[in-house]
Amino acid sequence: MAKILDQPRYKCALAAMQTVHAITGAIPVLHSGPGCAAKLNDNNGTSGRFSPNIFPCSSVSEKEVVFGGTGKLRSTIENALKVIDADLFVVLSGCTSEIIGDDIEEVAGNFENAEKPVLWAKTPGFKGNNYLGHDWILKSIFEQYLEREEVVTAYSDADGEVKKEKGLVNLFVAPPQQDPYWLGNLREIENLLTAIGLKPNTIFGFGRGIENLKKIPQAEYTILVSPWVGLESAKYLERRFGIKLLQYPVLPIGATETTKFLRTVQEFTGADKELTEKVITEKEAEFYYYIERFADTLLETRILGKRFTVASDSEYAIAVTKFLVNDMGLFPEKIFITDDAPKVHQQKIIDEVNNLNYGITTQVQFTTDGHDIHEQIKNADFAGTPLIIGSNWEKKLAAEIGGHFVNVSYPMLEKLVINDHIAGYSGGLHLLEQIFTAAMSKLKL
Amino acid sequence: MPYNFKNANIAIRENRLGSITGFVGDLETLVKKSEDGTLRNRERCFSQSSSCLSGCALNALAAIRNVAVVYHAPAGCTAMASNDAVKFGQIAARVNKTTNSVFVCTDLNEKDTVFGATNDLRKIIHHTYNTYKPDAIFVSTSCVSGVTGEDVDGVASDINDELPIPVIPVHCEGFKSRIWASGFDISDHAVLQGIVQPPKQKRRTINIKNFYESARPQITKIFNEVFDAEPQFLYCNSTIEELSHLSEALATVCICGTLGTYLGNALEETYGVPYVRTLNHSGITGFETWLRAIGDTIGKRAEAEAYIEKQRAIYLPQIEEVTKSLKGLSAVIGMGPGFTYEIARVLQEFGMNVEYALAWHYDYKYDNGEVPPALEHLLKTSPKDMKVAVADQQNYEVLNILNHYKPDVYFSRHPGTTVWAIKQGYAAVFVADEYTVFGYEGTLSFAKLIRDTVTNRSFEKNLAARIKLPYTKWWYEQNADKFIKDEVKK
Repeated sequence: MAKILDQPRYKCALAAMQTVHAITGAIPVLHSGPGCAAKLNDNNGTSGRFSPNIFPCSSVSEKEVVFGGTGKLRSTIENALKVIDADLFVVLSGCTSEIIGDDIEEVAGNFENAEKPVLWAKTPGFKGNNYLGHDWILKSIFEQYLEREEVVTAYSDADGEVKKEKGLVNLFVAPPQQDPYWLGNLREIENLLTAIGLKPNTIFGFGRGIENLKKIPQAEYTILVSPWVGLESAKYLERRFGIKLLQYPVLPIGATETTKFLRTVQEFTGADKELTEKVITEKEAEFYYYIERFADTLLETRILGKRFTVASDSEYAIAVTKFLVNDMGLFPEKIFITDDAPKVHQQKIIDEVNNLNYGITTQVQFTTDGHDIHEQIKNADFAGTPLIIGSNWEKKLAAEIGGHFVNVSYPMLEKLVINDHIAGYSGGLHLLEQIFTAAMSKLKL
Repeated sequence: MPYNFKNANIAIRENRLGSITGFVGDLETLVKKSEDGTLRNRERCFSQSSSCLSGCALNALAAIRNVAVVYHAPAGCTAMASNDAVKFGQIAARVNKTTNSVFVCTDLNEKDTVFGATNDLRKIIHHTYNTYKPDAIFVSTSCVSGVTGEDVDGVASDINDELPIPVIPVHCEGFKSRIWASGFDISDHAVLQGIVQPPKQKRRTINIKNFYESARPQITKIFNEVFDAEPQFLYCNSTIEELSHLSEALATVCICGTLGTYLGNALEETYGVPYVRTLNHSGITGFETWLRAIGDTIGKRAEAEAYIEKQRAIYLPQIEEVTKSLKGLSAVIGMGPGFTYEIARVLQEFGMNVEYALAWHYDYKYDNGEVPPALEHLLKTSPKDMKVAVADQQNYEVLNILNHYKPDVYFSRHPGTTVWAIKQGYAAVFVADEYTVFGYEGTLSFAKLIRDTVTNRSFEKNLAARIKLPYTKWWYEQNADKFIKDEVKK
């Protein structure tokens, strides 16, 4: 059933073109209307080597709606291969081309012998949002790219066996661009894995990309840090290549959760236990060095109350709640989850949010009705100044009720994140910087 | 042309104005072909993503204060909602107002494409009304609801009878037109169809169609003092009540012929509000021509002349001083057609050479059947062989042309376009604000902006030396029109 999307906090499956865009050297080719990419672009660090202005697009118009658009798609791909200096092309379908029944698999298949790989994924906007689209695109890339002869040769030995690399771990965290902290968080978690002696393999961002994509089958493990997004593609790797999957449902922020994360990873991968404990001891000491130095500020900022709410996707709803309760001693008022998480995952997400110290629990609601979220927050009792963690939509609300506001998730329009992170030990401190900056900018009694 | 406000649909620019998205040649040929009616479109067999008309249409409507846009579409189509909320909130704050306009989506899913979702649409419109009590609701189609044939007109018509506010259907299927400016007309049509009332009395107002009204204070001052009139800015910050009186204005002007053609001509033909067709406010010639044309239209020419004389004395010497350093610089421009020819004229006023003027589309006539005034003017002031192209915001063509002509500076007006010239090592000016070159003062600051941009080249040199360009060597060796097919026969 159609539903009210009031204050949209996600986009459509085609917006997961950002996942392709984040793989260095890869470019999406869109079989969609001319304006889809521009609309779905956020101008958040997308003017890299490619940008939506560069994405080839069949620009479906009325003519294609009537007569079919596969001819236009074919010439678009053919010429894109000549004009664009990319290493990997992924054809994505939009709403119109799917409704009129254009077969993108067949068209992309015509380019099997092209010099550069041409892959495809169906991503019509009406099939799901970009959290789902991210997973579909990754799965398509794994299914198609990792079976290409030259790629199989690269990761296999003479007998056709995958050359496993000891300690190599595929790492996926959050959908690129949709999560404003995607790159900073990914790097921070990579750093943590490296610190305990593992070799993280990621495909997104600077210095990574297609070479790492080729190495995916060689990994011993895949670590997916996410409550639900990206699970299908990660499971595919497990099924196809026997790469054991650790789904860690919490983005670790701050000392408690990051330590728990490192111990879980150590146990799962058999990484050096002594080293892991040494890293934990050092990192925690450093984290508490800073906390101690600012403990007076943290305790004596009188205008910050003890209660907070989160209106965000599953990832941040869980992560922020855990951090503020288990590290900082706060209490969650109701938590609103806005990513349209599929029903099958909802109970697990609720349980995870409520897995808190001292048996503290809270109400969790899945909703896309922004107005209703705001009405509920207005009526909630924060026993002091409310702290609202969410998206840009909550800025106006916070101003209206005199609350503190920190934007951690999409949309993020009045804040610039280049490579900052809020994951890990140091990320927790960064989040505190933002919370207390918000509080300190208000009158202190 | 008769205007039919009983029908929610209007003809797209390709059919109404003979607009095109593909042309490569020179200025004289473009004007000549426009005048004798032989201009034909050239389609592309390769394109890069550009823009969609629904963005133009719904952006304009969401800018009106205290209205609701209900978009019958999948989630991605509404991606602009958050941006609009922030942007229009900030624009309202500039004039000490607030706006409670909302942009709500029906989040169409696969089932809806099979079984339809008109009943849900009906519920969501009611819910939106009950929640926000907007002054009007615009109900828009999308590619998906258009192809699946959702009866948005029927739903809007039913609810119009049930609610005390106008409920207006907007036909915004993205595939409908290659020319996103068709979206401007669609929003105007919705306003004319559902909100504008026939005149009861004349008012001393002048309708001014613009985008983001950053020159509101200056224009208000000039209109008050010179024309003894109040500007009615459209559509940012306007209210439904104000829009209902558009037919009572002294005149309609606009900042961009592309933006204003439908509203201006329709108000003139339907309600007798004169539409001031002239150059826009950019540069000295433009500003003076614009002021005089408004003055002529409302009987205030003498007042306009007096104002011009006073301002000239202050600004002309300063402009002359700054432009000394700009003489002889070469430029390439890539903008919408409403601005390309205007900015080209301003650069010529500065003594610069416009090597190539690219317009994203081209309307070979406006709704009054005439060639755009800015183009006619440019023909008089330019070398006959000045290169022009209609480039549909195709970045690969732009970079190919830049690489060939190697200008001192590139000018563009659309987000995410200027950066590519910079990456190729060219200085670039982002002329995003439609009032960047407003009047004498704006002309002066624009000249300074160009001077500073071409003088300190650190940013583009640093960046260009370290990045890899997105196009192949092969592409740079081709002609820019490599993928533009021959003219389409009518």
